[in-house]
Amino acid sequence: MNRREFVKLSCTAPLCAITPSLAWAVAPAGAEYRHLLVLIELKGGNDGLNTLVPYADPNYYALRPKLAVPRDQVVQLSDGVGLHPALAPLLPFWTRRELAILQGVGYPQPNLSHFRSIEIWDTASKSEEYLQDGWLTRSFAAAPTPPEFAADGVIVGSPDLGPLAGGGTRAIALTNTEQFLRQARLAVPEGQSHNKALQHILKVEADIVQAASQLNANYAFTTEFPQGPFGNAIKSACQVIANKAGVAVVRVTLSGFDTHSGQLATQARLLGELAAGIVALRSALDELSKWKDTLVVTYAEFGRRPKENLSNGTDHGTASVHFALGGRVTGGFYGEQPALDRLSGDGNPAYAIDFRSVYATVLDSWWGVSSTGPLGGRFKPLPLLRA
Amino acid sequence: MRISIALAALLSLAAVAQPARASAPLSYDDARHLLNRTGFGATDADIRSYVGMTHEDAARRLLDGTPTRANTPPPDWTSASGPLRYPQGGEKASAEERKAFQQEQLRKGLELRGWWVEEMLVTPSPLTERMTLFWHNHFVSSQQKVRLAELMYRQNVTLRANALGNFSTLLYAMARDPAMVIYLDSAQNRKGTPNENFARELMELFTLGEGHYTEQDVKEAARAFTGWSIDRASGNFTFRPFIHDYGVKTVLGKTGNFDGDQVLEILISRPETAEFVTRKLWREFVSPDPQEREVKRIAARFREAHYDIKSVLYAILTSDAFYSTENRGVLLKSPVDLVVGTMHQFDMRPGAPVPFAFAAAGMGQNLFSPPNVKGWPGGEAWINASTLLARKQFLDRLFRADDAGTRMQADAMPTTIAAIPKAVTAPNGAQDDEKARQLRFMRAMERGLASVQFDSSAWFAHLDGPDDAAGRSARASRLLLAIAPQTAHEPSDVPLTIVRQLVLDPVYQLK
Repeated sequence: MNRREFVKLSCTAPLCAITPSLAWAVAPAGAEYRHLLVLIELKGGNDGLNTLVPYADPNYYALRPKLAVPRDQVVQLSDGVGLHPALAPLLPFWTRRELAILQGVGYPQPNLSHFRSIEIWDTASKSEEYLQDGWLTRSFAAAPTPPEFAADGVIVGSPDLGPLAGGGTRAIALTNTEQFLRQARLAVPEGQSHNKALQHILKVEADIVQAASQLNANYAFTTEFPQGPFGNAIKSACQVIANKAGVAVVRVTLSGFDTHSGQLATQARLLGELAAGIVALRSALDELSKWKDTLVVTYAEFGRRPKENLSNGTDHGTASVHFALGGRVTGGFYGEQPALDRLSGDGNPAYAIDFRSVYATVLDSWWGVSSTGPLGGRFKPLPLLRA
Repeated sequence: MRISIALAALLSLAAVAQPARASAPLSYDDARHLLNRTGFGATDADIRSYVGMTHEDAARRLLDGTPTRANTPPPDWTSASGPLRYPQGGEKASAEERKAFQQEQLRKGLELRGWWVEEMLVTPSPLTERMTLFWHNHFVSSQQKVRLAELMYRQNVTLRANALGNFSTLLYAMARDPAMVIYLDSAQNRKGTPNENFARELMELFTLGEGHYTEQDVKEAARAFTGWSIDRASGNFTFRPFIHDYGVKTVLGKTGNFDGDQVLEILISRPETAEFVTRKLWREFVSPDPQEREVKRIAARFREAHYDIKSVLYAILTSDAFYSTENRGVLLKSPVDLVVGTMHQFDMRPGAPVPFAFAAAGMGQNLFSPPNVKGWPGGEAWINASTLLARKQFLDRLFRADDAGTRMQADAMPTTIAAIPKAVTAPNGAQDDEKARQLRFMRAMERGLASVQFDSSAWFAHLDGPDDAAGRSARASRLLLAIAPQTAHEPSDVPLTIVRQLVLDPVYQLK
């Protein structure tokens, strides 16, 4: 029996409310899982320097003779930096102060392998530490979501569970809700077993059935979702969010950021898809009256090398810029723009915000659960949320 | 005299303490258990050929005369001579050159996966493939990092050659295996600027296990392996004396100007190494919870036999714990178990094996690409909502109808996305040609799965026993499931329905 089942069982007993020794197992008072987290993974490693462009820094143009975004095309946000032109649809969020720009998000001793670095992000491990469970899995184990939730989290459009990987968590992966509901008919939870492996399968089947019973595929949004895989993923995410029972986190993925060559066109297209997706997401969440209770956060395994390569692209880098958006976000700049005159031996910038501080913001400030256990240490939340 | 009496007493005591059932004849259930734990989806005929044997004879039969080479001919390019192909010009390669190189390695990687799945299916010694896979997950390397499919193939050949040989020999071979040298950055390990990656994993994952060495041991051992590198042109191991640290090192309390082999010798001499590997074999073959007393007993034998792998397997496969009732059906099938086991069990011979390697990858086990240096964690980690539905869908599709699909020609099977021709107009209004090709590649893989033929009546005809509805159900259940089914069904008259009910029962995921 895992902790969640224990909680479910113990709470059906009348003792639950008055037995203080059980208090550890229930979510701490103030755990606010009605606050939705939407994670957007920029898979492949988005180039931060051409996302938030330091258009006033001569070092930038020196490092990027071919790839620099021309100053007159930058969507200027301050005297020094501005957005890539494809991100112009995000400007209204900035003006309303609902867009926080997190500069230089990374970690010490950065790893430049896609596979290893995303594992570090997903498990919130140290650079040389191998952890099995995702950071959200550990958090949900310590502070369970309400049992009536459709799931702890739903992963849209990717089979890998990322931050929800590992034991115990109720994570569902689907491409679209319709297909999931069809597939879920193959899951038939049949009772319990003393056999641990079998019990695990039965639990996962029960999770699938519970999610399928709550999710629907036909909420009639008036929002028009963008064409293409990412637009479809945002649409599926919104169908998931429209369920009445609740879900704490939804993760969508936008792939293709590994721009070793021909970066200009590829990144412009992807950032355009990202911006259009976020605009649609906001519009649909408004229809559900949920924008105020939603926090959208982007992440990626790493940024890219400041100095462009010889193939009109950029190679694997380290710290990068990320976005946090939502109805309770205090817009503005957080962290620091990478210092291009102080790059490391391999030509990468130092980080300004530890990615685990972003996670601590989610756990401590957004959900009101403790981050120290799940993150394996104390990381200071960013002051980017309003009550 | 008194001494010999005491000795005789001890010996007889030892005899009593010996597994009492070791010489009992195998029942049908015992034989199925043995063969499914050591192979892939044993058929009724396989099982019957073991019924009545003693546990010892059965273990000996599995372990005697195992091959050291694959039966299935490998892809042609594995025998090509000449220098390894890298992207021309290395760092200066053009985008097209890099892309062409990547595509080639991807294609070769898929061919390798298909080749291995085929070998698992046709080998006369499934245990050899199982152990090759076990060592692949112990001495982990991944094509994701190594990139060169040639080197992944060579590593697989070495793993198979030693799969049931000697662990010490295998360890020495892996330390200088070119794919490993790349995977764990040995090539970057130089005097003055040691890279500790290999030395750390060597102690943590290959030999001692966590908690039996210090950070200082790792640092010192890394120095001993400086200069272990590969020759880029041939892809062979090479020692570069100019970057080797010839100084004095202290590893696990021993001091000397050790080289890498001497560090391996120190690690091999430790009892923790035998126990660590034995524990892992226990989890592979017996149960998720190793019994420490038994582990110590079996590990001692392993060391006495100078790390002869057959000796340790014989001890495990004849142990009481292996056959005990409480350890039946307690292991989760890996995706490869499920896919290859199902194909073998139902005698499905695909036109091309690649889609089946793909199916296993979709369930979380992509051969030649374990997720990280720790390998696939296995056990309950195999099953989450995503992978469980992938497993059920796979089975649902295979057993949807008798003789589903038409057999696909092996040569009609595309092995990479690049082999999918560009469409003049993309279907579904997909945004670009690349996406459309990916989509059509996935469809080709699905057609590949549909290419296998299953004739449920013919399959039942090969099962021995009463031929009424209840009899058929009972026989199929006994063959396919390690323990009683979780879901009760009315006995069906329709053979395909019986099979569907059993393979979709959660117990089918167990072995």
